[in-house]
Amino acid sequence: MSDLAKTPKSPADAGTDTTTQAPAAAVEGSAAPVPAVDPRLLVREEGLKGYWTEFTRKIRGGELGSLPVVLGLIVIAVVFQLQNSNFLSASSVANIAVYSSGLGIMAVGIVFVLILGEIDLSMGSVAGVGAAVWAGLQVSNGTNEWLAIVLAVLTGTVIGALHGFFFAKIGVPAFVVTLAGFLGWMGLQEWLMGGEGSINTPSGSVVENLTNYFFADKIAAYGLAVLAVAVYLVSLLRDSSRRKAAQLPARPVTEIALRTAVVAVLVLAVAYVMNEPEGARGLPLALVLFLAVLVLADFVARRTVFGRKVFAVGGNAEAARRAGINVDLVRISVFAIAGTLAAFGGLFIASLSGGATKSLGGGNTLMLVIAAAVIGGTSLFGGRGKVWSALLGMIVIQSIQQGLNMIGMSNAIQNMITGAVLLAAVVIDSVSRRTQKTAGRA
Amino acid sequence: MSATPVLALRGVSKRFGAVQVLTDVDLEIHAGEVVALVGDNGAGKSTLVKTISGVHPIDEGVIEWEGRPVQLTKPHDAQNLGVATVYQDLALCDNLDVVANLFLGSELASASVLDEIAMEKRARELLDTLSIRIPSVRIPVAALSGGQRQVVAIARALIGDPKIVILDEPTAALGVEQTAQVLDLVERLRERGHGVILISHNMADVRAVADKVAVLRLGRNNGVFDVADTTHETIIAAITGATDNAVTRRQARTAAKEDAK
Repeated sequence: MSDLAKTPKSPADAGTDTTTQAPAAAVEGSAAPVPAVDPRLLVREEGLKGYWTEFTRKIRGGELGSLPVVLGLIVIAVVFQLQNSNFLSASSVANIAVYSSGLGIMAVGIVFVLILGEIDLSMGSVAGVGAAVWAGLQVSNGTNEWLAIVLAVLTGTVIGALHGFFFAKIGVPAFVVTLAGFLGWMGLQEWLMGGEGSINTPSGSVVENLTNYFFADKIAAYGLAVLAVAVYLVSLLRDSSRRKAAQLPARPVTEIALRTAVVAVLVLAVAYVMNEPEGARGLPLALVLFLAVLVLADFVARRTVFGRKVFAVGGNAEAARRAGINVDLVRISVFAIAGTLAAFGGLFIASLSGGATKSLGGGNTLMLVIAAAVIGGTSLFGGRGKVWSALLGMIVIQSIQQGLNMIGMSNAIQNMITGAVLLAAVVIDSVSRRTQKTAGRA
Repeated sequence: MSATPVLALRGVSKRFGAVQVLTDVDLEIHAGEVVALVGDNGAGKSTLVKTISGVHPIDEGVIEWEGRPVQLTKPHDAQNLGVATVYQDLALCDNLDVVANLFLGSELASASVLDEIAMEKRARELLDTLSIRIPSVRIPVAALSGGQRQVVAIARALIGDPKIVILDEPTAALGVEQTAQVLDLVERLRERGHGVILISHNMADVRAVADKVAVLRLGRNNGVFDVADTTHETIIAAITGATDNAVTRRQARTAAKEDAK
């Protein structure tokens, strides 16, 4: 893109007044064989103004992305900090991070299911079964604890694959299959727990450490933050140089610098709060594991053939089938992933509550997990969503709960407020989807 | 033209419940040949195409690929043989961008990690060689117009370098210029040695590019004509069954009586 791209003298129409004329030479400067560019193409202008116009165009077109959540988080932080100056303290932030991780890992599983355009109502029960299997094996039967953990997580995989089988091969709606699973696995959990109401986590065990271990050494948080920023920067630069080599439009250096700067400030701020203030315990292991799951899941969803297939099936299953994608296999795999992450998250919940119980994963666990994915911006209508929405949504939910706890609100009020936030998120999803349709983007 | 047809259908039948959609249909496609498949609505054209592309398995009959019988039970079977299909309802994923749609089901990847850059590069090259103009290869297909979706769907069929390309009503939704482009595209496919099955209601298009016209009527073969030495009326008559009605039967009968006298 060069300076030749300029705004037209009269806006083409009111809705898209950012339309710019793109002369053929606007693409690759003065290179000789320049492909003709459609004059209706929207071209981003150079410089910050270009970003601003593109940003406003996207907002008007209903492509809100993570904007509502980020704004919501800022509002939450400001409101609670004014009510109680300890809201942004080290221990409070660490609490939010630790409590977010278990449910957040489950929410990652739900994000995959939602991208597929389906729903999994059994997440909480599967988490309970996972915890019960682990506790039964390790505590009651004395199995090696790593083996017990692996078997517990694999139980979730098998359960999820079973849901997927009934949904994909038999054709039972996912809603019904997982509703049956919700009841059935809850029963299995109680049966596995047997006569005991709860099995406590042995002290010093891996599962106890899941949410109670903190990397006290400051180098952990800072090192991870610097590493994350460096990896992000290198991947952007590498992508950009490869695109340039292939003569494709690439991100300009200013954009790369800007993006890296924003990420660096955010990540280092979190690392600082974990390490420095009074009462800081260092980087929680739970957060590291949650981030690891997020990074891996995001890579799978956006950069692998499998992820592409999941989006394709979620967007148009018949088109995916005709393109030669094994739709049934994709569906079964996605439900297996959801089951796996549900069982893994169940171990975190067991760790937080001090052991596996008959009611672990019951109550509002399922609702919080689904709410997190939706609040984070994953569409309920399938085909659209980001893995990171699990993180954003879960932080919103846990921040609200933490804040309301700190100002001494009762559980009843907390539920009402969380319900209202979920409704607001779904309203935003529906409205932005309608706007996207009228703007020709859905 | 080679002696063995790339694709041959022998006595293919297909039922949906109580409806006999295809009865005993024969069809042959050679390399470098454009066969137009014509017929009225409900004649079974789309169903026939779907049997070839593996969407609907056939009930009876044989499908031969380069002379040997093959089983086509799922779209992947047909794709592996080298059959690419552009459906009437396009079958694009609205939520994915143009590049993702072009390579759907045949993504370029190393160790199952997508190679977006190679895909985007090839997508641009392909769209350029076909003179297809769309705003950007990185916008969701939902944002494209009907004609743009059609050309994307056709371009997608060419990604895997197929031997047979099936085009189901490719020009139905297109403007004048886009129609001409698609017809150019069909001729280019023939020059490159692909076999093309072209379904169309538009006789002008059929006569412009097709070598042969295969007529379906009520799920049965109703003649295969060489376009070069067949009149427009003959084809229309075969499509509508105009050669077989009360008037023609009476004419045939009276003619026979006249001869007898």
